[in-house]
Amino acid sequence: MDAQTIIAKRIAQELRPGMLVNLGIGIPTLVANYVPEGVNVFFQSENGLIGTGPLPEEGMAHPMLTDAGGSPVTALPGACTFASAMSFGLIRGGHLDMTVLGGLQVDVQGRLANWMIPGKMVPGMGGAMDLVSGAKRVVIAMQHTAKGKPKIVKQCSLPLTSTRPVDLVVTELAVIAFPDQRATLLETAPGVTAQDVIRNTEAELTVPDQVPQMRL
Amino acid sequence: MKTIALDQAVALIPDGASLMIGGFMGVGTPERLVDEIVRQGKRHLTVIANDTAKPAVGIGKLVGAKLLRRAIVSHIGLNPETQKQMMAGAIEVELAPQGTLIERIRAGGFGLGGILTPTGVGTVVEKGKRTIEVDGKSYLLETPLRANFALVHAFLADYLGNLSYALTARNFNPVMAMAADTVIVTAEHIVPVGLIAPDHVVTPAPVVDYLVANP
Repeated sequence: MDAQTIIAKRIAQELRPGMLVNLGIGIPTLVANYVPEGVNVFFQSENGLIGTGPLPEEGMAHPMLTDAGGSPVTALPGACTFASAMSFGLIRGGHLDMTVLGGLQVDVQGRLANWMIPGKMVPGMGGAMDLVSGAKRVVIAMQHTAKGKPKIVKQCSLPLTSTRPVDLVVTELAVIAFPDQRATLLETAPGVTAQDVIRNTEAELTVPDQVPQMRL
Repeated sequence: MKTIALDQAVALIPDGASLMIGGFMGVGTPERLVDEIVRQGKRHLTVIANDTAKPAVGIGKLVGAKLLRRAIVSHIGLNPETQKQMMAGAIEVELAPQGTLIERIRAGGFGLGGILTPTGVGTVVEKGKRTIEVDGKSYLLETPLRANFALVHAFLADYLGNLSYALTARNFNPVMAMAADTVIVTAEHIVPVGLIAPDHVVTPAPVVDYLVANP
């Protein structure tokens, strides 16, 4: 199983029936492919849609029905559309149960940097700052390292997205949470040891006596 | 509300004007108005919008034709041309969180002196802004945004200027229609009065100044 699939499958297990969920671009989008059977969730696209469905069949795309990347999507029965003020009211107002976003760095307390690399990549924060500040639960889907360098660090060198700590980081090696503002290893991927995770993590990691394996 | 020909509508816009332009990655952007601005070569424009779309799409056409002096947007990541002009100092780009941007526009259009949002507290976004504590929680004071013109794209417009929108092409359009001195609208379909049911009107006719005739 490749890294992206491990991450997406594991995060999909966090979904509960009836949740309103916003998926970011990249690995987070893949989570929609692994929704557990019998679990109906509402997916929000922040451009103004609840009830985002899969890609349209060829020839069935509509130019006015798109995801937050501007690509054609479908709307499931019961879907609804709204303006951007409502969309971010849902996000900021405590109505969004979970957001899944990509990450560049997460620090030892769970604070996220994911919107710019000064001097190199300045795409703009889009909705990321509102999502991290406002969602009830923030889950980060990212590779554990970038070009061999740990992404879970003592302190973010990149500009923060929010000072609100994220709830869960899922990588191809591990599931990490931040109780009491301490990075804590919750699970390892199949075939991965706690030592492997520690070796690839810059932040000090709290490791409980028993660390179960991800069940994929 | 007046109906107006496309070229005359754009002739109202002087060089150096500030424009709010609806749309999200080009979806729901008044594409004909954008094309006509490029044709007439309006310059030194300030654009307030969600994003600068992609090259050759929506607001991306204005960027490509080098007509912008300033952009207040939440995202430029899918338009390398905007990033290039920003790095070169040709466009001044102010990046705002998307939810903050829409609320600043709403404040401008709804007569509010600003909004308080938790988004951006403790990040680079708070630079130069006042932090205000309410019931023990910190918020940034974000000031209202208005523009000389709002360029809005609706799905249906009736002959009076009542507007409704379609699916994800709604986005910033109805809020921008409240926040500019002059509101210019294009619509997919221009229909008789009464065809948009009162409950389905999103933008009321009195806020629309010009409805561009369809070809």
